[in-house]
Amino acid sequence: MENKSFKELLINGTNFDADSLTALQKITLRAVVMSFVFFGLVALEGMIMRLVETGPSNPLPKMFSHPDHFFSIMTVHPIVGIFGSTYQLVFAAFMFLVPYLTKKPLYSLKLANFVWISITLGTALAWLAGFIWKYAPLYTLYWPLPADMKQFSLIGGFVFVIGVALIMIGTLGFIYNIYATIFARTGVHKDKTMKELLISGFGIDGLLNLVYKLLGKPPYSKEPALSLPVVAIFRGTVDTFLDAIVILAAGILVLVYLVSYVTGFSWDVHAIDSLLYKNFFWWGLDLVADGLVLIYVAGSWYLLATIITGKKLFMENVARAALLLELFVSWMVWSHHLLADQPQPEMMKLISGEMVTAFELLTQGLALFITLVTLWKARPLKFTPPLAYLLGGLVGFGLAVPAGIIQADMGMNRVLHNTQWISFAHFHIALIVGLYMTLYSALYVLWPLVTNNTKLFSTKLTWAHYWLYLIGGIGMGAFAGMAGLDGMLRRHLYVNGEFNTWMILAAIFGSMVLIAWFIFLANIVLSIGLKGLVGIFKPANNSIDYVEVK
Amino acid sequence: MFATSLELLRFHWVAYTIYALMIVSVIAWFGWNLTRKEKVRSIIRIPFYGYMAFLIMAGVGHHIFTYNSIPWVEEDIKRHEIKPDRSYLIEVADHKWKMPQMRAKEGEKVMFDVRSKDLTYGFGLFRKDGTMVFQMQVVPKHKNTLLWTFRECGNFDIVSTEYSGPAQYDKETGEDLMFVKDGMVVECKEKNEKIAMKE
Repeated sequence: MENKSFKELLINGTNFDADSLTALQKITLRAVVMSFVFFGLVALEGMIMRLVETGPSNPLPKMFSHPDHFFSIMTVHPIVGIFGSTYQLVFAAFMFLVPYLTKKPLYSLKLANFVWISITLGTALAWLAGFIWKYAPLYTLYWPLPADMKQFSLIGGFVFVIGVALIMIGTLGFIYNIYATIFARTGVHKDKTMKELLISGFGIDGLLNLVYKLLGKPPYSKEPALSLPVVAIFRGTVDTFLDAIVILAAGILVLVYLVSYVTGFSWDVHAIDSLLYKNFFWWGLDLVADGLVLIYVAGSWYLLATIITGKKLFMENVARAALLLELFVSWMVWSHHLLADQPQPEMMKLISGEMVTAFELLTQGLALFITLVTLWKARPLKFTPPLAYLLGGLVGFGLAVPAGIIQADMGMNRVLHNTQWISFAHFHIALIVGLYMTLYSALYVLWPLVTNNTKLFSTKLTWAHYWLYLIGGIGMGAFAGMAGLDGMLRRHLYVNGEFNTWMILAAIFGSMVLIAWFIFLANIVLSIGLKGLVGIFKPANNSIDYVEVK
Repeated sequence: MFATSLELLRFHWVAYTIYALMIVSVIAWFGWNLTRKEKVRSIIRIPFYGYMAFLIMAGVGHHIFTYNSIPWVEEDIKRHEIKPDRSYLIEVADHKWKMPQMRAKEGEKVMFDVRSKDLTYGFGLFRKDGTMVFQMQVVPKHKNTLLWTFRECGNFDIVSTEYSGPAQYDKETGEDLMFVKDGMVVECKEKNEKIAMKE
């Protein structure tokens, strides 16, 4: 590598050979590439919105401050970030990991290829709906706004709905592939029954082991059928499925109204009760945040902790049982999004919005505890990038989960709902710091496996990315969150720089995240080279469909 | 304990900042000790069940604390049983408010009944420095009521706190067309008392 010139590295990379990759490795890398392209786009969008809100002296062209343009960006920002980037990265990692962990081939490589294409295409369409046709009902799609043809163009609505539908169809493809792989009774699972696999998948065996221990009986299952990370992937995917169904249903509803508008029927939008719709939609959407993310993340922490330490997970049965508990918790917490809705029944606010939501402190706190103790028991450890990023991920959720729990309270919500507090102190820190730091840790752990031991161009660049990203992510979340405490709304356009001190600080730290992304990208491109990048998208030369565990 | 949102949010700012610094420091300290070759002695030993109990207490205790220290929580839950000193009916449609000039005296309970004919809006009161007094969502075709005891006085602006499409703003300048300057005027107690004494 030392002998190679910059130009050579840019073209050929370090020692990356795309031709040696299996089809599954290639598919995984294709999704990872698209995920990071979308991450760059979403970071850029975020910076544009921050700069607009710094006030009239911002250096951007005037068009970005126009409401239709600004809210188009705000609409596509979470679609690109959550689906285009996060979903792609998570799905790619899991479709690679499940065969690796279960020692079984992936059910269908064609389906895996379809998943990243469908999500990429869907994200691009949704983005175009905002960029070209200014379709901007936001990701919340509060009824009847998405069907308001006085404000939005019809074609924009169609393109957006088709885009989101493609994302969800890709998601369903991922789910099918994962379940078909987990429940295939081949290889190590040849002698397992479906009942055994399901009991293990839901974490029931972990709970029964705990109960049996309390009763002084021998364990229900000494060797659970599925490893803990696979249980977390299975469990999280249940929520991913339900969420996809809800979003698809909402898309169909919008589509029906758009078609009725075209055909001249123009049905009464108020035939659909806005509050009922809001409950239904948040029930599904919340499964992304409070089900899928927390469960997938917990599973990833467990996997990373065991790989980094080479030791068994601490309190594995408790971790399994906690995943089962999270199943019920994640289905019952949506009402914390409706604490500011006065027609919402008070009992739902109290039980679902406050009490059950508070349980997330318990389930996430438990995952944090188990991960930390597993690491602690294996000390001394080397401060490698996977460990550093994992600790960063723990910090992210350590900050973001309590910030959300604080607002899931009727008293606090009255003065914090829809402010930048929830947007930044809670979910931006959860996603940018908590989730992405965890995913970076997984990326550095999986890098040798997915790329056949390709040398990274520079460890210094990896560390530069780490510190810039961590400090930038926390700083941006903290300062923009403080703007929320000063009354700054999250879905509002401020053109006079009303909160410009906080916004300038948030923009400075936000630019660190953007610079970190450039550094990460440079490191990866100089490792695999442009030829390698193109090679990833070419068909694989061999038909091996999973990487052997050594 | 907290008379206004300003007091509550100041307390929240300090408490959360301390917590944030603490959690970052704990993980940093943890990471540092993970890599040390010499044997590390634990400063404190946290028993698992103690940690679980702490999390449950934090989750439940938070709501008990706010119920007892934030006056608008109980008022909100029991608003149907409380007789307000004044009531205002506010209608909103097509991004336009239909409301009278609203007035109250410090200490009075005011019932805001906001009805939307088309989209989901928000109804929020803000101080002149941009800080929020309170807000609620305005769901169309539903009765959205909020009872508020004014423990502070002054002129407050009204802002729709929920996005209802770009038509809420001026196409070119981006100014918020639903912003109502001094939409709510609350007379100060002292001033009232002085006037009453003069009379």
